[in-house]
Amino acid sequence: MSLDPEAMAPPETPWQEFLRIFRKDYQALFGFWVLMLLLVSALAGKALTEWWVVFDPEVVRLTDKFLPPFSVPSPDSLPTDRPFGGIYLMGTDELGRDVFARMFQGSFVSLSIGFVAVGISLGIGILLGGLSGFYGHVKLWCITVDTLIMRFTDAMMCFPTFFLILTAVALLPPSIYTIMMIIGLFSWMGTARFVRAEFLSIREQDYVTAAKALGIPEGRIIFRHMVPNALAPVFVSATIGVASAILTESGLSFLGFGVPPPDATWGNILSDGKGFIFDAPWLFFIPGMAIFMVVLAFNLVGEGLREALNPKLRSR
Amino acid sequence: MNSTTSPLLQVTGLKKYFPVRSGIFSRVSGWVKAVDDITLQIKHGETLGLVGESGCGKTTVGRSILRLMEPTAGEIKFEGEDLLALKPRELRQARRRMQIIFQDPYSSLNPRMTIGSIVSEPLKIHKIAKGQELQDRVNQLFVKVGLRPEHQSRYPHEFSGGQRQRVGIARALALNPKFIVCDEAVSALDVSIQAQILNLLRDLQQEFHLSYLFITHDLNVVQYLADRIAVMYLGQLAEVASTEDLFATPKHPYTQALLSANPVPDPTAVSQRMILSGDVPSPLHPPTGCRFHPRCPQVMDVCKTAAPPLIQIGPPEEGHQVWCHLYT
Ligand SMILES: Nc1ncnc2c1ncn2[C@@H]1O[C@H](COP(=O)(O)OP(=O)(O)O)[C@@H](O)[C@H]1O
Ligand code: SF4
Ligand SMILES: [Mg+2]
Repeated sequence: MSLDPEAMAPPETPWQEFLRIFRKDYQALFGFWVLMLLLVSALAGKALTEWWVVFDPEVVRLTDKFLPPFSVPSPDSLPTDRPFGGIYLMGTDELGRDVFARMFQGSFVSLSIGFVAVGISLGIGILLGGLSGFYGHVKLWCITVDTLIMRFTDAMMCFPTFFLILTAVALLPPSIYTIMMIIGLFSWMGTARFVRAEFLSIREQDYVTAAKALGIPEGRIIFRHMVPNALAPVFVSATIGVASAILTESGLSFLGFGVPPPDATWGNILSDGKGFIFDAPWLFFIPGMAIFMVVLAFNLVGEGLREALNPKLRSR
Repeated sequence: MNSTTSPLLQVTGLKKYFPVRSGIFSRVSGWVKAVDDITLQIKHGETLGLVGESGCGKTTVGRSILRLMEPTAGEIKFEGEDLLALKPRELRQARRRMQIIFQDPYSSLNPRMTIGSIVSEPLKIHKIAKGQELQDRVNQLFVKVGLRPEHQSRYPHEFSGGQRQRVGIARALALNPKFIVCDEAVSALDVSIQAQILNLLRDLQQEFHLSYLFITHDLNVVQYLADRIAVMYLGQLAEVASTEDLFATPKHPYTQALLSANPVPDPTAVSQRMILSGDVPSPLHPPTGCRFHPRCPQVMDVCKTAAPPLIQIGPPEEGHQVWCHLYT
């Protein structure tokens, strides 16, 4: 960069700079539009399958079992049970239910499980990691806060998360809220370690020392100087966390421990379809592809954010 | 009390030991004696250079004085006030009078704050100015350090190292301090920019009647700015003298070695290079007796067992002090 102040590029806020970098990342952009589509379909799915029932995921039509995608209802089906538009876009399942309507409803359920579970795990992870990173040296009786929190985290981490969740789900009454809670409660460990490491390294940065030297109160140092610098990478890992929560839910449903009927999730649509993989492959492939695309999209966006959000990498 | 005769800063017997922990119960297994019994004073408007190899404890001295670290022992009096006895509230007030400038112009500015808010934050927090007055004050500071006020809404990564260092200086000046610790303030910069920043620091010193503790490993840099120089070796002082005396008649073998390793600006001067042999010993297990003895070319038997006493060279008012058995 030139020393001459006149020669500087026009000012750019971090947000503009972020956009400029993110826009050039085609994979991340692709992921972003997939996620936008998912978000719209999740909201529309909630509205059009529950509030104004345009697509009814629950109608059972024994006359229309196992119809492949793009089929029209059979002539002897009840006119009131016909799907919107007179066509089964994604076919029907073993009870003659409209797979498109079920996927539509499931998109909201899957996405909200992802967001709520990640919200819970971020909350716990940031709190514990932050405490450990900032007040870690404080002694409680004979053990430091840091040791206490990190050994607990290690203990939680040494169990395979999926089996912990499976055990908890098997013991608790099955419902969509239990699933959200449990996935969240058992997946904060990575975030906690991450936030702790960020806090430990940021605490030693000279700008934090400078703030201390200027007599800036501790609360303000934490929230104005440390948290914004620690959070960008946490946000990135949260994006990827949503994908893994959706995947966990699908896995649970697949094993029969997931969200119980009548709520449709992509996982339990997939799970119902697995019995008919040769007779009705769309029951398996449609939710499978949807899960694959969404998980891929979240990961691509996460990677793109990691690149674009990191002023430390760009600063030199 | 009379502030013209007493020193601005009086540090007595300063010690800072870092615990070394090991094992699963984090038991303290030893102490890094980073600073071990240092006494120095800085007068009003004076610059004291603190020189020594990397790792000898210079930063630790600077940060302990500002209470950015808690010293293990010692006394720090600033304008006659005992800094170590201050309660948190009083300490926050005292911080307005003493500031610090850092070595690394990259990590010393918060990358997510504009340079304008970096400089105005202390003024707001200490309720020194607000509204238009705050804006005027920040503009003024920018001009003083050679930055363009219209760049206030930009972020640190848009600037070069030298310009960032100017932002750091503006931030340190914001509270109108009397004393600034410059910790290797120019060491990370290109030589041409070093000179600009050194000039700026000198101009600011005259304008605001500042005192500096100027920490560096580079004797050339302090020669230009310091009134007096303290040479440090492994957590202790080796020699303290006025800049002229130190360069003309260095007494301590370590100072002599440092000076002979220093490229001499005057080409006619006869330079006899004295090479320091061996590595700097670890402050975890400092040598007995004189800490410099394993590397000293003039080492004697007494040096290995007895710590050297403080010797005054010449009349005491000249303040040339050396810690070495050669002069007993
Ligand atoms: N926070 C710390 N914990 C443990 N040891 C430290 C810490 N800070 C500094 N030290 C040790 O103290 C000694 C002096 O360090 P420092 O004051 O940074 O030296 P200098 O600034 O002269 O290079 C070094 O040996 C260093 O390893
Ligand atoms: S006291 Fe002895 S070992 Fe130490 S510097 Fe003097 S002569 Fe060298
Ligand atoms: Mg240092």
